[in-house]
Amino acid sequence: MQPDMVSKVKNHPKYIELLAKRTIFSWILTLIMCSIYYGFILLVAFNKEFLKTPIADGSVITIGIPLGVVVILSAFLLTGIYTWRANGTFDDLTREIKKDVQ
Amino acid sequence: MRNLTLFGILTTLLLSASVVISAGVDLGQVQKQELNTSAIIMFLLFVSGTLGITYWAAQRTKTAKDFYTAGGGITGFQNGLAIAGDYMSAASFLGISGLVYGSGYDGLIFSIGWLVGWPVILFMVAEQLRNLGKYTFADVASYRLGQTPIRSMAACGSLVTVLLYLIAQMVGAGQLIQLLFGLEYWMAVVLVGVLMILYVTFGGMLATTWVQIIKAILLLTGASFMALMVLKEVGFSFETLFTKAIAIHKKHEAIMSPGALITDPLSAISLGLGLMFGTAGLPHILMRFFTVSDAKEARKSVFYATGFIGYFYILTFIIGFGAILLVSTNPAYFDAVKGALKGGGNMPAIHLAHAVGGDIFLGFISAVAFATILAVVSGLTLAGASAVSHDLYANVFRRGRVDEAQEMRVSKMATITLGVLAIILGIQFEKQNVAFMVYLAFTIAASANFPVLLLSIYWSKLTTRGAFIGGFVGLITALGLVIIGPTVWEDTLGFAKGSAPFQYKYPAIFSMAAGFISIWFFSITDSSARAKEDIAGFEAQDIRCQTGIGADGAVDH
Repeated sequence: MQPDMVSKVKNHPKYIELLAKRTIFSWILTLIMCSIYYGFILLVAFNKEFLKTPIADGSVITIGIPLGVVVILSAFLLTGIYTWRANGTFDDLTREIKKDVQ
Repeated sequence: MRNLTLFGILTTLLLSASVVISAGVDLGQVQKQELNTSAIIMFLLFVSGTLGITYWAAQRTKTAKDFYTAGGGITGFQNGLAIAGDYMSAASFLGISGLVYGSGYDGLIFSIGWLVGWPVILFMVAEQLRNLGKYTFADVASYRLGQTPIRSMAACGSLVTVLLYLIAQMVGAGQLIQLLFGLEYWMAVVLVGVLMILYVTFGGMLATTWVQIIKAILLLTGASFMALMVLKEVGFSFETLFTKAIAIHKKHEAIMSPGALITDPLSAISLGLGLMFGTAGLPHILMRFFTVSDAKEARKSVFYATGFIGYFYILTFIIGFGAILLVSTNPAYFDAVKGALKGGGNMPAIHLAHAVGGDIFLGFISAVAFATILAVVSGLTLAGASAVSHDLYANVFRRGRVDEAQEMRVSKMATITLGVLAIILGIQFEKQNVAFMVYLAFTIAASANFPVLLLSIYWSKLTTRGAFIGGFVGLITALGLVIIGPTVWEDTLGFAKGSAPFQYKYPAIFSMAAGFISIWFFSITDSSARAKEDIAGFEAQDIRCQTGIGADGAVDH
C-alpha cells in the first residue's frame, strides 16, 4: 500500500467512525460471550446446588439443562447479531471509504 | 537453519515422548466385529462419490490458489457447512454422546466448551484473516514481521497441532473401523491414509471442501433422525425422557447436574480457556477462511458453522440420553461375559443407531462415522502440507523466489509424506490412549498459534523477536505441562497416582499466560532495527485489515 493511500484512509472521517464502532462492538460481544460462558463454568465449579434445582415443582429437569442450552443458543445468536451488523453498517462504511480514496 | 534445528528438536521430543508412551500402557483391546455388509455398501457409495468429486476437482485445480483455497470461490453457506464438517469429528460425535451416556450433564458442559470458541473467532480473527492472508495463518502473523522466523514458528505450531490431532484421528479411525466393518486395524488405518492422500493430492482444497460438506450433511441428517426417533419414543416429552433415564441410569439423579468432570474452579477455567481459544488457533480451521471471496462471506461462514455445530451438540445430548433408555436396557448390546457395553464407552451412539433404525441405519451411521474421519484428516493434512510448502519451502527456504508449479509440487509431496507419516504413527499408537492428544493440540493452538495471530493483528508494538520467542514459549510450556501433568505422567506413562510433578490436568491457563507474557516482554524490550520496522508496518497493515483495501488484489498474485 502506498504511503499517501495510508494517510488518506487514516484521516478519513468514515474510517475513524468505522474503527471506533467496530472495535467497541466486537469487544462488547466478546465480553458478553466470555461472561456467559465463564459465568456458566463458575456456576459449575462453585454452585452445583443451584444447577441442581428443578425448573418447576415436581419436575426432574434441573435448571442446569435449559441454562446449558441457553449458552449454546447465545453463541449462535451473538454470531448472528455481529454478522448482521457487520454485513450492513460496517460494510457500507467500508464501501464509502473505498469509493472516496480509490 | 536455526529454526529448522528447533523444529527437529521439537519433533524428536514429541517422538521420543511417544516412544516412552508406547512402552507402558494398555487401553484394553477392541474386539473385531463380523463383517458388516450394509455399512460396507454405504461406505463404498460414499467413497466412490467423493472420488468422483476429487476427479472433478482435479480438473479445476490448476494454480496454487486453487489448491490451497479452492480458488477463493466457496460461498459463506458452503464454507459454514464445510467448517462444521471439519470440526464435528468422530471424537465429538461418539465421544460426547458416550460421555452423556456415562455421566449425563457433564457431556453438555464439554460440548459447550467446544462451541464457544466460534463467536470469538468471528469477533476477533475471521474477517481479519480474510483481509490480510492468502493461504495460511502464517501469512497474517508474518504480514509486517520478519518472514523467516515468524513463518518457521507458525509452521512449527501448525505442524505439531496437526500431527497430534492426526494421530488421535487415525487411532480412532482404526479402532472404529475394526469394530464397525470387521476390517483389521492396520488395513483400516492404511485405507484412511490412502483415501485422504488421494483427496488432497489430486483435488486440493476443492475436493476437501466438498468431502467436508457432504459429510456434514450426512452426519447432521443421521443425528437428527436418531434424536427424532428418541423423542418419538418418549412422546416428544423431555420430562418423560429424563424421568425414564434417571430411573434406569445407575447414577440416577446425578446425571441431571454437573458431576466429576470439573472439580476445582482453576481447572474449570483452564479447560474452558483451552477449548475456547484453541479453536481460534487450529490451522485447519483458520485455513478455511481463505476459501471465501471476502470479509462478508467469512462472517457468514462462522454464523452458519456456529448454528450447525450448536444444533449438532444439542442432538448429541438427546442421543446420549436416548442411549440410556434404549441401549443400556438391551442385553444384546452388552458383552454377555464381561457385562460391558460392546465396543467400549464410545459406542452408545452406534448401538442407538441400531436400536432405532435396524441394520440398515446402523450401516448408514457407521459409514458416516468413517466419512467423518476422512473429512477431518483431509482438512488436517491440507493444513499441514500448506505449512510445509507455502511457509517453510516457498517463503523460508526460497525466500519467496519460487514459481507456483514448484510450490504445488512440494505441497503434493508434503501431503503424501504427511499421509504416510499418519499411517505409520496410527499403527504405532494402536494400543495407546490418545484421547489426551486432542486436548493437547487445543492447548498448543491456544498457547502458541492464537497469541501470535491475535497480537499480530491488534498490537502495534509486537515485534518479530517477541512473537518468535513468545510463540515457542507457549508451545513448549503447553507440551511440557501436559507431559508432566496427571494425564500423561500418571495415566499414560503409568507412574503412581499423585506423583505427577504438575498437578493440573488442564494447563491452558498457565501456558497461555506464558505465551502472552513472553510475547509482550520480548517485544517491549526489543530495540533492534527490525523492531522499528515491525512497529512502523502496523499502520498500513491495520488499514488493510479494517477495510480490505489491497486484499482483493493480493489473493490473485
